[in-house]
Amino acid sequence: MNRVLLTGNAAAAWGARLARAEYFPAFPITPQTEIVETLAGWIEGGAMSGRLTMLESEHSMVTAAAAAAATGVRTFTATSSQGLLHAMEMLYAVSGWRAPFVLVNVSRALATPITLESDHNDVLAARDSGFLQIHCATCQEVLDSILIAYRVAEDSRVRLPALVNMDGFTLSFTREPVEVPESGQVNQYLKEFRIENTGFRASQPVSRAVAVIGGVPYSYFRYEAHLAANEALRAHEEAARDFARTFGRSYGALECYRSDDAEVVFFLAGAFATKAHDAVDRLREAGFAAGLVRPRLVRPWPAAALREALAGKKGVAVIDQNLSIGRGGVLHTELAATLYGAKGAPPVLASFIGGLGGRDIGAEELYEIARVTREAAREGRTPEPRLLYTARELREVRKLQAIAAAERTGLGGAE
Amino acid sequence: MSDEKPGQTRISIRRMKDLPSAHLLGGGTALCAGCGGLLSLHELYDVLGEKSVFVNAAGCMTLLSAYPFTPFRGSWLYTSMASAPAGAQGVRDALDILMENKRIAPDEDLSAVVLSGDGAAYGMGLSATSSAIDRGLDFLYLCYDNEGYGNTGQQSSPATPYAARTATNAGSRGYPGLKKDLFAIWAAHRPAYAATVIGAEPLDLARKVEKAKRLKGPRLLLALAPCPPGWDFDPKDAVEIGRLAVRTGVWPLKEYEDGRVTHTRIPNPRLPVEEYLKTQGRFAHLFRPARNEEVLKEIQQRLDAYWSAVT
Repeated sequence: MNRVLLTGNAAAAWGARLARAEYFPAFPITPQTEIVETLAGWIEGGAMSGRLTMLESEHSMVTAAAAAAATGVRTFTATSSQGLLHAMEMLYAVSGWRAPFVLVNVSRALATPITLESDHNDVLAARDSGFLQIHCATCQEVLDSILIAYRVAEDSRVRLPALVNMDGFTLSFTREPVEVPESGQVNQYLKEFRIENTGFRASQPVSRAVAVIGGVPYSYFRYEAHLAANEALRAHEEAARDFARTFGRSYGALECYRSDDAEVVFFLAGAFATKAHDAVDRLREAGFAAGLVRPRLVRPWPAAALREALAGKKGVAVIDQNLSIGRGGVLHTELAATLYGAKGAPPVLASFIGGLGGRDIGAEELYEIARVTREAAREGRTPEPRLLYTARELREVRKLQAIAAAERTGLGGAE
Repeated sequence: MSDEKPGQTRISIRRMKDLPSAHLLGGGTALCAGCGGLLSLHELYDVLGEKSVFVNAAGCMTLLSAYPFTPFRGSWLYTSMASAPAGAQGVRDALDILMENKRIAPDEDLSAVVLSGDGAAYGMGLSATSSAIDRGLDFLYLCYDNEGYGNTGQQSSPATPYAARTATNAGSRGYPGLKKDLFAIWAAHRPAYAATVIGAEPLDLARKVEKAKRLKGPRLLLALAPCPPGWDFDPKDAVEIGRLAVRTGVWPLKEYEDGRVTHTRIPNPRLPVEEYLKTQGRFAHLFRPARNEEVLKEIQQRLDAYWSAVT
């Protein structure tokens, strides 16, 4: 094995290369662009074989990706943010083609206001699309998850496209030590993609994505996709077990850190979970029984594993790096639905929104979140959802507003 | 079925009797009686053959393949309204990769055909189409142009002709815009081939399909598709109205190749446009309750100007 410093984007490109993907429909968008540039460079330089086709939009890019997968070629593509939303019609459509491929999303907050920095509203907008979703917390996990994602997506019980998510900037542009597996080992782990008898060939005509008449066949195919996604729980478990055996790194549907005997558990997805990791250690040092549960698999949703991991906890602090406007945190809602009525369900499920558009979640905030959640558990009442924001941050915005008003007046606008 | 397999023979079509006598596309689909688009698809498919994958954009023809039936002997992929050319790109690229790596034999290859209505071809799908031509994608693009969003009840599209009544232009003026020139837009991209066709002129259509089939790269076949419910006429008149579209000069039959546009039929004598307009309910307001001389003259003058520039 070869241990090198790689950005999340480079790790993603390595994942696609090692997986022996052969087709790369591409479209640039920050902070994803480095992935397709890296692949294009390797292909042009002869370091790997494959075909990279620049499309004119993400909508077309996802269409081309699924069409190639449906023809029987292992396909990789990547996007971010507005790009994922622009492709959204096709995300929903192509999952029904049951043609497996991997799409890396580099999370970036959605307009408006427009920004380049990260949160998870983009990937969670694809929550109901039929794509499997793996959310990564480190650059190593990005590379490894791409290999695992191909195994799960191509599994004959599943046959659904998979989305591997990493946080923009926090992972995409941050170098971390990454073990790059030997290609021979990867070839053992991930066999050649076989489409069996459903690819488009002159000798075997196939009709894909055809219309249905009425709700009866429609429901049948939608249920089939849902049941296949549920099968991905088992397929992922097997693929991860095999991965650990081959490469020595273990991945569950959940990452549970010091949560077994924890009183209060942080629950959050993505790279900020590494901060929560640290906070758990500091809190433990101070005698606070904190733990962390991070959902790695978001679709399919590992409901049984979550009930088990959280049974008996006094309180769970759900930190959503997303905001469903008019509702609150998406993961909080999902987790509440999972735990309601479950045996040993934590009595307090507190909701915190933070980290939107690249805003940091500081260690002090994590300590405060833990304290508030423990307090609530002791008092037996669930606190109101909190939008993390400090007085100092509000003052900064007030300053910007004052400048905007002054400039407007100076330019002869309204007083 | 005769022994003749139209799509597999290198036919050279000169006369009507050279046209394939066996039809490849099955009947009994959900499309309307007298559909001019289906007529042109039938004729195209007979010459093109079954070693093809039709990549469909949302429109009337999406209903051709409804589970578990399809009229095609070859393959079919429905995509979306905007991205059919990208679907063709993915299939084409994948087949090329599989052949390069010898994972499939060359005789397993398929020609990729985008099948699109005017709603997608002139509007929502134009960006994906333009880019596929830029990339030099080896594909055939059949647009059945019924001059409106026919599948939803004939609202105006960018292909709707001036003064036609549509579901969104029901007043006495009809559609106020001019029909977009998709052929010229394609030609400006310098594709391998572009041609206008119509099902009512099967010989002209078949010759163009044959030519397109032998070329590589982006190739357009733009078929005017008389539409009984959308244009408001009796289905039995579909072919006659198609002929009139050609004979009045409303639908010039032409082709683009090697940077040049050639008219494959110059109507002579060219009939007055009224002969075409009065066959369709969508233009009835130009004749009843009173003749709208001004608009009729305007339409005729525009046609005259077009044809005076054709040498």
